[in-house]
Amino acid sequence: MAQNIRKKGNKETPAVSTASLPDIIFMLLFFFMVSTSMREVEMQVKLELPDATEAQKLEKKSLASYIYIGPPNDVAKYGSTPKIQLNNAYASIDQIGEFIAAERDKLKEEERPEMTTVIKVNKITHMGMVTDLKQALRRANALNIIYASNKDNKKRDNSIF
Amino acid sequence: MASKKCPEINASSMADISFLLLIFFLVATTMNVDSGIRRTLPPIVDEEQDKGQDVKERNVLLVYVNMYNQVAIAGNRVEIDEIKDIAKEFITNPTGDPNLPEFEAPKKPIPGFPNALVSKGVISLQNDRGTSYETYIQVQNELTRAYSEVRSEKSQTTFNKPYKDLSKEERDIVHMLVPTRISEAEPRNLAK
Repeated sequence: MAQNIRKKGNKETPAVSTASLPDIIFMLLFFFMVSTSMREVEMQVKLELPDATEAQKLEKKSLASYIYIGPPNDVAKYGSTPKIQLNNAYASIDQIGEFIAAERDKLKEEERPEMTTVIKVNKITHMGMVTDLKQALRRANALNIIYASNKDNKKRDNSIF
Repeated sequence: MASKKCPEINASSMADISFLLLIFFLVATTMNVDSGIRRTLPPIVDEEQDKGQDVKERNVLLVYVNMYNQVAIAGNRVEIDEIKDIAKEFITNPTGDPNLPEFEAPKKPIPGFPNALVSKGVISLQNDRGTSYETYIQVQNELTRAYSEVRSEKSQTTFNKPYKDLSKEERDIVHMLVPTRISEAEPRNLAK
């Protein structure tokens, strides 16, 4: 046995077997396939979210519906005043109710009270627009909201202890 | 002529194909989880029925952000850094100050804590239409921070554990002992 090894050891190293490579790649592939969520909407507004240290993670992605507010990408065509984007198009505040009703219809009966609206607003927006949106959401009875913000841990902590 | 055995399929290109698919999914994936500040809006009320709730002055902390992104608490101008400590003092009322909120027994008894008292204080956050969203979120963040610090102190005194080590039930109890009461009132329509 020991002789055998010594005999082989002096010769060139054997090629590494790549037979398991497809398996490994497949495993990675399945991981990504399962964890993927495709980008459903094309962003038409510029989003620069504010920072917040207390931001919590959105727990159930399937219960979330998204509303975007920000200045349009195409400033030459639409100007730079912030606009509301629902799904793939610009919308006015009156369409919020319709949008929420459509989103609510997609959910199961028992999940509807837990529906959450994630509002992604560019930080330069004025509150007037956000307030109108909030009023529209109240009228549509979509009361759970999340002010989307980037979780920022680096911010100074000036607590007393 | 025809061989009995089925010829083996050449599988060497399998790795290439799955590589291609892998790269496609890598590119198409969005892994980022959305995060943000969670709030519950008040349900809408009929304007005729809405006579306004009777809330004593001591139980309300009025936080107002004006169109120049300046913050005033109860009429006094403050910096954003100061909000958290003022809010914390307001929520806990450590000295029993008669100008700070009173405590009451909760409407629904808290399991395991029949004698616990809950602060009646409500933080009323008002803004102008001209306030920038960034400042508004900063103020919201500071108020949330005040609440979470009060909660972690509460969990230390009641359960002798930091908040992050609590179980789901214990967390619910802490949330009942220190409920988030932030009222986002309709803004003053002063500026466009």
